Amino acid sequence: MSELQFFAEVLTGGLLSGLLYALVALGFVLIYKASGVFNFAQGAMVFFAALTYVGCLEKLPRWTGLAADSVLLVWLALLLALAAMLLLALAIERLVLRPLVNQPPQTLFMATIGLAYFIEGLAQGVWGANVRGLELGIQDVPMDWVLDHTGMIVSRFDLFAAGVAATLVTGLALFFRHSRVGRALRAVADDHQAALSVGIPLATIWRIVWAIAGFVALVSGLIWGARNGVQFALTYTALKALPVLILGGFESVPGAIVGGLIVGASEKLAEVYIGPWVGGGVESWFPYMLALLFLLIRPEGLFGEKHMDRV
Amino acid sequence: MSLPASSTPEQVRAGGALLDVNNLEVIYDHVILVLKGVSLSVPKGRVVALLGANGAGKSTTLKAISGLLRAERGEVTKGSVEFKGHRVDRLTPGELVRLGAVQVMEGRHCFGHLTIEENLLTGAHTRRDGHAQVQRSLAMVYDYFPRLKDKRGTQAGYSSGGEQQMCAIGRALMANPELLLLDEPSMGLAPQVVDEIFAIVRTLNQRECVSFLLAEQNAMVALRNADFGYVLENGRVVMEGVAAELAANEDVKEFYLGLAAAGRKSYRDIKHYRRRKRWLA
Ligand SMILES: Nc1ncnc2c1ncn2[C@@H]1O[C@H](COP(=O)(O)OP(=O)(O)OP(=O)(O)O)[C@@H](O)[C@H]1O
Ligand SMILES: [Mg+2]
Repeated sequence: MSELQFFAEVLTGGLLSGLLYALVALGFVLIYKASGVFNFAQGAMVFFAALTYVGCLEKLPRWTGLAADSVLLVWLALLLALAAMLLLALAIERLVLRPLVNQPPQTLFMATIGLAYFIEGLAQGVWGANVRGLELGIQDVPMDWVLDHTGMIVSRFDLFAAGVAATLVTGLALFFRHSRVGRALRAVADDHQAALSVGIPLATIWRIVWAIAGFVALVSGLIWGARNGVQFALTYTALKALPVLILGGFESVPGAIVGGLIVGASEKLAEVYIGPWVGGGVESWFPYMLALLFLLIRPEGLFGEKHMDRV
Repeated sequence: MSLPASSTPEQVRAGGALLDVNNLEVIYDHVILVLKGVSLSVPKGRVVALLGANGAGKSTTLKAISGLLRAERGEVTKGSVEFKGHRVDRLTPGELVRLGAVQVMEGRHCFGHLTIEENLLTGAHTRRDGHAQVQRSLAMVYDYFPRLKDKRGTQAGYSSGGEQQMCAIGRALMANPELLLLDEPSMGLAPQVVDEIFAIVRTLNQRECVSFLLAEQNAMVALRNADFGYVLENGRVVMEGVAAELAANEDVKEFYLGLAAAGRKSYRDIKHYRRRKRWLA
């Protein structure tokens, strides 16, 4: 295997996992745009979503009498998890966002911290705290076709996950760029008072955005859960998204995508090429260092929207 | 479309007003009493000017009508607002927009990162009459504001103040309103641009039959383009009448038009004097 081939293999693996980071970051970006807050509870939502899915999968045979290996079960569990995320979004809008309207952003941020603990507690209270496996039916084995044609080892699971993430990210980006609701969301992000004045209902926009963030949390929870097991550590996905957001900008959808790819690719490359010099473990801190450096050079992020002074 | 000189606001009100504000009292933050019983009305198809100095309560009045007040911790504690015969003081801004009254906020408030055309389209958010109708309104807005058509793809944040004001008015028009609440459309704009905007307001009023309630510090321009005027001071209406008569009134001339018989006074003098003087309502 040539040096270049090896580089390409590492880069591909990094970009594929980067798409997943992009997906998680997108959940943050949407909420930041709509509610103007860094949603500390996003990680908890990922955990809650994945746990609800596997929890339902466990209990459903007993509740419905379906055979434990029925395909219907998977879809039912998915539907229930989705419904749970939707309910969660509605509850958050009603019980957290609405009472805190007109409060400074710090207050809202504190509220999302509280929310994170609440959701974590709720998830574990309902489903128990033990680690569970999650099987999506896609093996983590090299793709034969890629191996034959390019000589690179690319995991089938990684490719699948990246494909799902890419589809979702593209779909959402197009939705927010071109749909009526997307336009309304961007209007709210720019000036929520003006949005009110033209009759855009803030509460509806919040519900939609939090529901979409819940959906994104479910998808990333399933993918991560399938790789690492459904466990409390899923809540730390929020921390993984932070460097992506700093790189890409908190309010930019393209920024989340590019930031995710950069973080994914650079952490894998750094692990392989810098790791041996410093004794490994580079992957876990490299994105944060990159983000820190970036903060010094371009605090608004790659695609972050500069504040327009001319108003 | 000038009125017969004898018609008073009361007479027109009897003929059925589009908007009726009755004895409105507004409190901010539960303690700050800002409007102390404001009554006014906008007859259908008319342009009504709401005049007054800084802090008189013009914007507050408009926000109380449009429902935007609640988003600013303001509250209507007394009085009522009727639009097209419906009590509207409990409605959300969105519901009022759907009924046909839209506020254009002071300071324009365009969506800076959206293009001019996207800004205009957000104005149609509440409409449910289909794409074709919305496109027709868009064409109409571009007809009235050709400058917006040239800039349709530019981010609003990077267009000039005049263009932003036009964008804000155009955006409100996209809701197909019967009444526009315009807050300080002349603010920070060159006289030429102000004239351009008021000319369009007049045309809209005559051709599309849109009624206007416009808050202005620039009383001269406002009265020249309005049918009626109200003068607010300290949260109260202290004068009202046909625009031409108000413009001819000595007090208004002196305090708002800067045309005192005894020569021009500085703004400072006027403010100082005004504090002692009380108009009889
Ligand atoms: N959100 C608010 N909270 C507390 N007080 C407010 C608020 N908004 C306005 N006020 C006060 O209400 C009074 C009237 O303000 P308003 O903005 O209605 O005046 P205005 O006539 O529009 O003045 P301007 O010509 O400066 O726009 C002012 O004294 C102002 O300080
Ligand atoms: Mg004002």
